[in-house]
Amino acid sequence: MKLTLPAFVGRIAFSALAALIGAAFALPLLWFVFAPFNARAELGLAIPDPWTLGNFVTVFGNAFAVQALWNSLIQSLGGVILVGAAATLAAYALSRSSLPGKGTITYILLLFSSVVSGSAAMVPIFLIVSAAGLIDTHLAVILTFAGGLLPTAMFILRDFIDSIPKSYEESAMVAGASPVQAFFDVALPVIRPGIVVVVVWSFVNIWGSFLIPFILLRSDDQMPASVAIYSFYSEAGTPIVTLLAAYSLIYSLPVIALYLFVSWKFGFRFFGGIKA
Amino acid sequence: MASVQFSNVTKTFGEFAAVSDVSFSIGDGEFVCLLGPSGCGKTTSLRMIAGLDTPSSGQVLIGGEDVTHFHPKDRQISMVFQDYALYPHMNLADNIAYPLKVRGKSVSERHGRAREVADVLKIGHLLDRLPSQISGGQQQRTSLARALVYPSQVYLFDEPLSNLDAKLRLEARGFLNHLQRDMGMTAVYVTHDQAEAMALATRIAVMDQGRIVQYASPIEIYRRPATTFVANFVGNPPMNLVAVDAVQGDGQLQLRADGVTLAGLAMSSGIGTALGAGKTLTLGIRPEHLGIAEPGAANTISGKLFANENMGPESLVTIERADGSRVTARIFTDDHIAIDEAVTLGFASGHVHLFDGAGARIAAEGETAL
Repeated sequence: MKLTLPAFVGRIAFSALAALIGAAFALPLLWFVFAPFNARAELGLAIPDPWTLGNFVTVFGNAFAVQALWNSLIQSLGGVILVGAAATLAAYALSRSSLPGKGTITYILLLFSSVVSGSAAMVPIFLIVSAAGLIDTHLAVILTFAGGLLPTAMFILRDFIDSIPKSYEESAMVAGASPVQAFFDVALPVIRPGIVVVVVWSFVNIWGSFLIPFILLRSDDQMPASVAIYSFYSEAGTPIVTLLAAYSLIYSLPVIALYLFVSWKFGFRFFGGIKA
Repeated sequence: MASVQFSNVTKTFGEFAAVSDVSFSIGDGEFVCLLGPSGCGKTTSLRMIAGLDTPSSGQVLIGGEDVTHFHPKDRQISMVFQDYALYPHMNLADNIAYPLKVRGKSVSERHGRAREVADVLKIGHLLDRLPSQISGGQQQRTSLARALVYPSQVYLFDEPLSNLDAKLRLEARGFLNHLQRDMGMTAVYVTHDQAEAMALATRIAVMDQGRIVQYASPIEIYRRPATTFVANFVGNPPMNLVAVDAVQGDGQLQLRADGVTLAGLAMSSGIGTALGAGKTLTLGIRPEHLGIAEPGAANTISGKLFANENMGPESLVTIERADGSRVTARIFTDDHIAIDEAVTLGFASGHVHLFDGAGARIAAEGETAL
């Protein structure tokens, strides 16, 4: 196809503009990739010269920082397992049972969940956790997140399960399966892509959160990475950019890894119903 | 194999009665079709046999045992679902063998049996595939294989052919008929397709608004529809129904309607009773019993041509009467027939059906069961 000159110029101008906007968005990411390997990293973007792993050595030499990564992992996994299991069972029950008013229950829970995870509820949450004697424990963080994320997780999953025909479990039961067998053999594998969505979503939520662990935890050896990042400041309160950059990269790796794993294993697709 | 019995079964959903006070029994080895329009309660009835719905009142018996409150798994039944309900994460072998898995059979026994059944149904070469990787007709046969893989008391079918295209449906229908002859299974088959019911059933239960209107052999349903509803539901095209005014005289019954000339009919006690309730009756004639006739002759209906459809071995000629109602004739001919604007259709008096004012069939004198 032959282009007229004005159209040609227009296209070049459009491409140039798009490239410019793309570059603006890419700069922070480039900094994020380059700075950790730069011994003299500052807030400006610079290509490391020479490339070094020195920043990482320093980070891994910091016992508090490494412990924080473990803490993040413990709290995130604990929360994810609790949210995933409870949301699956609750959503399945809400979807399949003929409970009167089940829609209302879900919406009320959903309404309150946005309060629980918001900062407005921090004082009551602190008081409850304190009364339960759980302050400064992983369990406090895990339970608070589970409570806050569960309603939304249930809501997402219930919608997902609603879209799956009941005839899957019905055919299993007619074939001789008990309701529990039908759930584990037939329903659960079909629901799994929905559960994966909820798991990834809650992992990212817990992994990245700052306020709740910051308030509920006291001692250094309980703090997750999101809080620990704040230890890379000098006495005067200015950030130590080199360490901060290296730690940030390490901190973001699990989320990227999780995304890649899920994408490879499930491709974020699901079976759905079989169309005839 | 076992018999199935419904006694005074009612099922309500809120205010709505899906099935009201239905009683019928299905003999051992019978193939019964529940036939009716959507919402008539046929699927709900089937689900109550399966145990997927529980009757609000009444009892369901399988093999003489009251199973009204049994869980589906304890009923020893198998069922083919309309959407096939194949498990998307299992290959065909595991899908077909699932009933054996929950019965604790070994893997080798499961897969051996699955292969046997699959070979009979000509899907043996597909056992490694996932349900999403096979065609609709193959999915249908897979769900049938899963139902046949273990011995059941009753086989239930919920519109199993409705998702197939016309050609595959005919093929599958023929296979099911063959299977029934071969196995002599007790089967309950839900359909809204009267042709399917006629082809497969040993008895048909025609349902309307949660009740059974007629429960009889296909030939009786066709020849002696109990009500105008049945007459209008069975047959392709269904029976023509014409409202007529009845006049009694000289021991004969004269039926009058615009464009209809009818020889006097012999009076019977049934007609007498019907006339006691009202003078308007319904005349029914099947399209295949109508042919082109001379204008003015006895036993004819005339009107102006509405449509002339060539179906291959037959032509469907539809006329519109003065009051706007239509009458269709199914005329068997190898040639496309040329017809004028004014058409007269004739019939033999032996093919006349009469229904009273409430739509119930008026039995002919000395009529015996078919």
